[in-house]
Amino acid sequence: MDCICFEPQWPADELLMKYQYISDFFIALAYFSIPLELIYFVKKSAVFPYRWVLVQFGAFIVLCGATHLINLWTFDVYTPTVAIVMTTAKVLTAAVSCATALMLVHIIPDLLSVKTRELFLKNKAAELDREMGIIRTQEETGRHVRMLTHEIRSTLNRHTILKTTLVELGRTLGLEECALWMPTRSGLELQLSYTLHQQNPVGFTVPIQSPVINQVFSTDRAVKISPNSPVARLRPASGKFILGEVVAVRVPLLHLNNFQIYDWPELSTKRYALMVLMLPSDSARQWHVHELELVEVVADQVAVALSHAAILEESMRARDLLMEQNVALDHARREAETAVRARNSFLAVMNHEMRTPMHSIIALSSLLQETDLTPEQRLMVETILKSSNLLATLINGVLDLSRLEDGSLELDSATFNLHFLFKEVLNLIKPVASVKRLYVTSSLSSDLPEYAVGDEKRLMQIILNIVGNAVKFTNEGSISISAIIAKPDSLRDPRAPDFFPLPGDNNFYMRVQVKDTGIGISQQDTPKLFTKFAESQSTASRNPSGSGLGLAICKRFVNLMEGNIWIESEGVGKGSTAIFYVKLEYPARLNESRLPHMRLQPKLGQTSFPGVKVLVVDDNGVSRTATRGLLVHLGCDVTVVSSGEECLQVITKDHKVVIMDVSLPGTESYNAARLVHDRFPKRHEKPLIITLTSNTDRSAKENLLRVGVDAVVVKPVSVEKMRTALSELLEHKKDVQ
Amino acid sequence: MDAVSQLQRQFVEHATSLYREGYLDDQFTQLLKLQDESNPDFVVEVVSLFFEDSEKLLNNLATALQQESIDYKQVDAHVHQFKGSSSSIGAQRVKNVCVVFRNYCDEKNLDGCLVCLEQAKNEYLLVRNKLEALFNLEQQILQAGGSVPMMA
Repeated sequence: MDCICFEPQWPADELLMKYQYISDFFIALAYFSIPLELIYFVKKSAVFPYRWVLVQFGAFIVLCGATHLINLWTFDVYTPTVAIVMTTAKVLTAAVSCATALMLVHIIPDLLSVKTRELFLKNKAAELDREMGIIRTQEETGRHVRMLTHEIRSTLNRHTILKTTLVELGRTLGLEECALWMPTRSGLELQLSYTLHQQNPVGFTVPIQSPVINQVFSTDRAVKISPNSPVARLRPASGKFILGEVVAVRVPLLHLNNFQIYDWPELSTKRYALMVLMLPSDSARQWHVHELELVEVVADQVAVALSHAAILEESMRARDLLMEQNVALDHARREAETAVRARNSFLAVMNHEMRTPMHSIIALSSLLQETDLTPEQRLMVETILKSSNLLATLINGVLDLSRLEDGSLELDSATFNLHFLFKEVLNLIKPVASVKRLYVTSSLSSDLPEYAVGDEKRLMQIILNIVGNAVKFTNEGSISISAIIAKPDSLRDPRAPDFFPLPGDNNFYMRVQVKDTGIGISQQDTPKLFTKFAESQSTASRNPSGSGLGLAICKRFVNLMEGNIWIESEGVGKGSTAIFYVKLEYPARLNESRLPHMRLQPKLGQTSFPGVKVLVVDDNGVSRTATRGLLVHLGCDVTVVSSGEECLQVITKDHKVVIMDVSLPGTESYNAARLVHDRFPKRHEKPLIITLTSNTDRSAKENLLRVGVDAVVVKPVSVEKMRTALSELLEHKKDVQ
Repeated sequence: MDAVSQLQRQFVEHATSLYREGYLDDQFTQLLKLQDESNPDFVVEVVSLFFEDSEKLLNNLATALQQESIDYKQVDAHVHQFKGSSSSIGAQRVKNVCVVFRNYCDEKNLDGCLVCLEQAKNEYLLVRNKLEALFNLEQQILQAGGSVPMMA
């Protein structure tokens, strides 16, 4: 090849050579520029992994370019065909190279940025994968916890709870061993209570005050502990190389009343149990965070479940205790009732048994007194009498009082003569009073009704007791008894502020005052007066104060009668005044038939049936006379006949009652009754027929009633029987009319 | 005073014994109750009536049982009367004998009846004596100026 300064030999050759020169030049240029571009752009971008290839590639291009450049100086003459082919090839190569070089300028940055994005996405994908993994594990943990909790809480049995916990934890976490250590009663040691695989844990104990345990107890998180610590040395030493990791967590043992929300469970409990969990040995497993969280949650749940179980146990125990107590109480009550019943029946028996001999003693001693006695004997008899009277009073008093005590005493209620009551008291008291030369006066107010409804016997007892005391404790002077109807405003006595009497329409309060000029009562003794068995402490009283029961009983009776009683005294030697109020009823209506039952001694000649004309039919003279006497006693106007015939002759419509003795011969009585019945067809004229029979046969009675007899009275006839029969019949007749 | 109390004591004793030994029963007490100021001699009246009646009845019974052919119905009627009076008075033992007597009458058992008649007569005499003694004592007490003790 000639140098460029030479003129080419043929013009065609020159053209071709010119083109060849140009092409080579451009190719070289392209070859050089491409690596430069590459280097430039790669330097600009951070990401280009194959730098060494780049260098190789750069070297390759540069050398190729150099080759082409050197070709500029080597110039061979080729045949024109070859020359043309070469020229064309070179021209094309040059064009493509330049085009490529130019295009690379655009493409390389794009390629580089794609790479960058790709890397970025890859990173993102990895991150998302990671996160998803975490979420999944969390969800699984949650599921496990729920399941565990469900298992634990589905039972209220302490042992089941704990066992289930261990089993489920073991399963969920794939543990080799799981154990629970409970604090002993003394609180100084932890005792192995439950394990997963060992059926009956031998009572290992571990002192509580060890650093590991303290560490675990001081936080509510699960703590990894060394597999060699005493609480973790549970597995049989079987030559495993790597012991699995161990985690321990505290389980608070809550007391029943420790459910304070805000400081639960930090402050409210001091007792913990220890749960120890061991991963399988010789595995590469480690405790993951989510597993620890699961363990912590479970520990809390267990605590709650245990406390529920404890509460339940407690309440069951309490309930059992209550039931036992209930049974015991019931038993005791029944025993008490039996005892009371026994006592009452004992008292009832003793009542009779004790009174009878007592009365004999008193009666006979009184009789003895009436006989001829030497003075010593008389003295002895008097003493006997006094003592036995005292004893009798005491017995009566005790028996009454015991009945009063259990409230089994009920007041009787009957109509009685109030004036008469006071008269009797006076009569009873007069002998003693006259012996002591005391004046006794009584004044009953005029508005005090003659009859009243109440418990006569007990009222008598009260008055007698009070008056008797007055007489007993008075040696000279007088005793005055007064009774009035209490006025409503005077009912509230300032001395008895708790007393609120409320008289009603039918009731009235009677105020009785007994004043004496006796030895009086000192201030200090006054409150004890009505206390049973309380003796007067005063040395001035020479008289032994009775049995001590009298006033107590009085007070009880007065209270039962809705009243009040108290004793006033100005002091020793200044006499005393006893005042009491009792509630009585007005008699409903003065019914003849309800007039008081007569006592034997004072004969008042009660007339129940004044002027009632009665016809007595009896063939037996004695019996006739007896019946007549009875009816006369009742105040009737009596006619006697001795046969049925006479009866029919004598009877008039004025005769209100016919009393017939059924033992009239044959069927005389039946006939007579029937005839009398027929004689007076008009109801209001018909006399009442009463038959006296000794036959208690029911059919006989019915026969009589069928014939027209109004009443059948069974012999022997007493005053009462007759009275009752008459009053009932006359009442009825009155009503019917 | 002593005499009266002595008499009273005797009266009480006697009266008590009558009841205790069954000569008298509650019916007599009832009669006593009927005696009062308006009827002071009631008891004596009734008792005297009883005595008269009984003697009559006893005689009738004796006659009736001596018949050749005894009319038991009649006998029964008499006994019935006797029973009635004695129970009105309260002469318990007499009444009891009458009950037995009636049974024999029903059986028409002459021997039984005769035995009963004797018994009845005896009982009647006994009770009559006792009652008379009682009334005597009563009289004496009243004459001595005391009061007749009342039955409790």
